[in-house]
Amino acid sequence: MNTLRFAWRYLWARPLSAALNVLLLSLGLASITFLMLVAHHIDSAFDRDLAGIDAVVGAKGSPMQLILSGVLHLDVPPGNVPLSSVNALKNNPLVAEVIPVSLGDNLQGYRIVGTSLAYVDQYHAALAQGQLWDRPMQVVAGAAVARKLGLQIGQSFVGSHGLAAGGHAHGDSAYRVVGILQATGGVLDRLVLTDTASVWKVHEDYTAVDGQDRQVMEAEREVTMALVRYKSPLAAMSFPRWVNTSTEMQAASPALEVTRLLHMLGLGTDVLRAFASMLLFTAGLSVFIALWNAVRERRGDLALLRMLGAPPVRIALLLMTEALWLGVLSALAGLALGQLFVLALGWMLGLDQSLLLGGAMWPPELAWVPALALAVSLAAALLPAIGVYRVDVLQLLQER
Amino acid sequence: MIRSRSLQFGYRGGAFMNFADVDVPQGGVLLLGGPSGSGKSTWLALVAGLLAPGGGSLQVAGQSLGVIGTLKTDAWRAKTIGFLPQKLHLSAALTVEENLALAFWAAGVASDTRRIRAALQALDVLALARRLPAQLSGGQAQRVALARAVLMNPQVLLADEPSASLDDEAAAAALALLLDTARAQSATLVIATHDARIADLLDPALARNGQAPLQRLSLPAKKPLEAFT
Repeated sequence: MNTLRFAWRYLWARPLSAALNVLLLSLGLASITFLMLVAHHIDSAFDRDLAGIDAVVGAKGSPMQLILSGVLHLDVPPGNVPLSSVNALKNNPLVAEVIPVSLGDNLQGYRIVGTSLAYVDQYHAALAQGQLWDRPMQVVAGAAVARKLGLQIGQSFVGSHGLAAGGHAHGDSAYRVVGILQATGGVLDRLVLTDTASVWKVHEDYTAVDGQDRQVMEAEREVTMALVRYKSPLAAMSFPRWVNTSTEMQAASPALEVTRLLHMLGLGTDVLRAFASMLLFTAGLSVFIALWNAVRERRGDLALLRMLGAPPVRIALLLMTEALWLGVLSALAGLALGQLFVLALGWMLGLDQSLLLGGAMWPPELAWVPALALAVSLAAALLPAIGVYRVDVLQLLQER
Repeated sequence: MIRSRSLQFGYRGGAFMNFADVDVPQGGVLLLGGPSGSGKSTWLALVAGLLAPGGGSLQVAGQSLGVIGTLKTDAWRAKTIGFLPQKLHLSAALTVEENLALAFWAAGVASDTRRIRAALQALDVLALARRLPAQLSGGQAQRVALARAVLMNPQVLLADEPSASLDDEAAAAALALLLDTARAQSATLVIATHDARIADLLDPALARNGQAPLQRLSLPAKKPLEAFT
């Protein structure tokens, strides 16, 4: 108990050096915390948004683009596919459910997604107010959209063309808000959902010149993609191959594409991790130098402790405890700073738009941070502590 | 008490240093004299159990040194030997009171606030208990260091150059304080010094107190290497 107290007093007897070392160590630890948290946030965001979707079928192109645009709503879709082809998927015996997704319009930057009610069930979303749509041109807004734009039940708005704010406004076809979803913490929060038919209606109203024209358009109706759920996991073997070879569409597996994406991100993360390790190593070196100097400065004091009857091991423990305090303080500061960095990043990247970085999370792998802090500080204290054993007591007490 | 017979110390190079015999009774005063380099430190280290004798016998406070292990020596030193270093070595990071508590920590026993306060009171520095060493005058700091030295009621009190860099008046006061403190504890007092004033002051002081006369151990001014190799 007293060892803790004396070590604490000795540590703060040199406040500048102590503060500097805590700062250095905690910056290194904060970078590691940050990397771990970002990876965890992204992983859990993907897990959440991909839940239950076995495949995405859409226009040929980059399969990753298909996933990013259709499931995570981060990218633009590769193109459209005919509604008839998507409907044909339902006849495949491997398929349990097909949910159409139509993209194309936005409400002040928030995507208007034409889909079926199954999409809402897919994410187990519950209504906060109002009801789900029962006819075209009715919309249900996600929690974040409703909060940000202040949408109310019964309110009407017109969508803009495109997926980003500022496109052509479809002035003559107004949507009406009939429901607002509870926050799910997932991708649904930042979407405006409506019936697939709404999207056709908006564009047909806008482009059709007469009745006959409209009939042609109805026959050529398209959706952007379809989310598919399999009847059995075995379908993962044959269904994508069947789509890719026998239809004009492609099937992408979200699990596979996200793994690929994380692997690519991983290369960048490795570089950052190397930097963080370097930072931590430098911090460890700085703690070592500080303790080494402390031992040199205090050699007389340490010799006196020997004279007062303290065995070398007790004095070595005192030094180790001093380093331990540094480690504990830095671990706490590092964890707090790391969380703060993630919040800052989320805020800078527009948290409401992507929801990739949520609030504070404490994944179990963060236990590495205090472990690392203690390991680095104790390793730095090892050599100075061994030096205690070589103190020539009386000579030191008399020198100067 | 301190009793030595043909005490020797062997240096790592193979050279030996021989010390004259001493026989100081419990409560007696020994003046350890000799120029620097004459082996005063070595003799003090032997008596404190920091070095092991290379030959002969040495008994301090009833304990034969050289036959107990290192860890036991540390514990023995903590409760038997009080030490007043020349440079005092009060920890600048700790208050006066904590500096004394550090002695308990070093001895590996629970800190006893009552004894700390009593020791400070006995040396008239209790009012300074919460100050840092930097806030003490030279005389005050020496009193605090002395309080620390006698905190564990040692049977032997070693003082290293207690009068160095003090003027005559202050040196006399420091010496009187040292004698009184040692006498109050009935501790054997060893004063290592090359200050000639000390010897002149000690004899009359001991006579006044009715104590046993001063004993002397004067080490010759020669390097052990020149003498024995």
